[in-house]
Amino acid sequence: MIDVKHIAKLARFGLTEKEEEKFKKELSAILDFVAKLNEIDTKNIEPTAQVTGTINVFGNDETNLICEDKQIKEDILKNAPAKEGRYFKVKRVLE
Amino acid sequence: MRLNELTIAQAARGLKRKELSSVELTQTVFEQIKKRDLKVKAFLSLDEKGALSSAKEIDEKRAHEDILGGLAGIPVAIKDNILVRGLKCSAASKILENYVAPYDATVISKLKEAGAVIIGKTNMDEFAMGSSTENSAFFATKNPYDLQRVPGGSSGGSAAAVAANETIYALGSDTGGSIRQPASFCGVVGLKPTYGAVSRFGLMAMASSLDQIGPITKTVGDCQTVFDAINGKDKLDSTSVDLKKEIRNTKFEIKNLRIGMPKEYFAQGLDEHVDKLVKEAIKKLENLGARVKEINLPYSEYALACYYIIMPSEVSANLARYDGIKYGYSEFDKAGDLMEVYLGSRHHGFGAEPRRRIMLGTYTLSAGYYDAYYLKAQKVRTLIEQDFEKAFKEVDVIMTPVSPTPAFKFGEKIDDPLKMYLSDIYTVSINLAGVPALSMPCGRVDGLPVGLQIVGPQMGEPLIFGTALALEQNS
Repeated sequence: MIDVKHIAKLARFGLTEKEEEKFKKELSAILDFVAKLNEIDTKNIEPTAQVTGTINVFGNDETNLICEDKQIKEDILKNAPAKEGRYFKVKRVLE
Repeated sequence: MRLNELTIAQAARGLKRKELSSVELTQTVFEQIKKRDLKVKAFLSLDEKGALSSAKEIDEKRAHEDILGGLAGIPVAIKDNILVRGLKCSAASKILENYVAPYDATVISKLKEAGAVIIGKTNMDEFAMGSSTENSAFFATKNPYDLQRVPGGSSGGSAAAVAANETIYALGSDTGGSIRQPASFCGVVGLKPTYGAVSRFGLMAMASSLDQIGPITKTVGDCQTVFDAINGKDKLDSTSVDLKKEIRNTKFEIKNLRIGMPKEYFAQGLDEHVDKLVKEAIKKLENLGARVKEINLPYSEYALACYYIIMPSEVSANLARYDGIKYGYSEFDKAGDLMEVYLGSRHHGFGAEPRRRIMLGTYTLSAGYYDAYYLKAQKVRTLIEQDFEKAFKEVDVIMTPVSPTPAFKFGEKIDDPLKMYLSDIYTVSINLAGVPALSMPCGRVDGLPVGLQIVGPQMGEPLIFGTALALEQNS
């Protein structure tokens, strides 16, 4: 049985009791549906992560225009819910 | 014909011959929006001032020089998960309600360079999760053909805006059918390009191995014009690729075309009227000289299950960035500690469907379940991709319905996630295989548009356009 409370915590969601019940029901139904894949034998099949076949695309060690644009930096910070000077403000991380 | 009803090709011709100006064209589009969008509700936000100023700029340029591209001065609507610098970009989510894009997506830079006039941002299902726009945190968009019905989704606002002549064309995004299904419900043309053909830089990531941006237009020719303008490798998206030159230059001839009809897509669950219209469209091409062949895509029946593991897994990783710290809705002031900022902001910022998918993806990626779900689905994905590879050895394009039914009514599926997911049954496998597919109108059932899906091999857009143009010219 899916431990909705634990999953919600991993996903960083608050959860009410009513929501817990609802998720339990809905997620179980979806998981029952996707269990269909177990009908297929995939023993010697390689997994596909994406389809273009490109592997390890490296860029030059340089900043792009977006990082250099002062206005963009300012506009990014404008969207911050809490900030101080040029910094994002967060609650204490280390006790 | 009023100016807002023009196609890109018609508008470009008129502009070039100076029979109309971009300002006039743009004004007429906004007049239509003011009249029609009270009912249709395709737009989340408009930028009339910005649009008129770019239109004016293009008109002035045109007065001095003649060499302007086919999109110059022509209004376009953008799905609200694509960043346009200085405009709000909410992805129809409360968690980004007041977010203003600090830079342009690559597709937007390309359109701006081509002289496009961006008129506003269109409604969608929250974070592109849904098939009806009913999951928008703000309001649902209505189908212009029947206001009691959904426009499809998630790019429902873009498709409805094009169908209601509230824009000349639009951009959408497609992760499992989100361009093609609304295009089919609204009787317009929509392309989901080959994975990587169009840069995803500046598109809010949903499921990164599946997402693609594509055009929604009134005609096939317009669709090709927009695709030509936005595709290409981009150093800001390392998964992007260039279409190969030799493919681009292949000459299309209908009498050499081999069409595959996958048995699995014309089976139980398909509305009989849709079935009939799709088959009639294929028959038309056969009459023009194409050869039609029944084919098998044996793993089709597993595509939806495969998709509903891979997509939520990627969603749960991608949407971790909405944490109440960098942008968007935040409970920073209410919270005592960092964990409470996360829990509260995400709990109250996200709507039901994103939360459902994030929960599901967190579960399928969590310790002890990764192999059973995510890895298993990735292996099935290989089999689905191989299905298409094999099929394209025998045929050039594959034709199927886009969705099992025409547009459904509001409320019909919203309470049952699985029922809603089934509207994507013919589209998700295309994203899993990374191949391109186009939706185009092929008739109507009780006044409601029905879409035909034309699928090509990877990089096979030229073939798809050739086929679609032949059909459009003979309809």
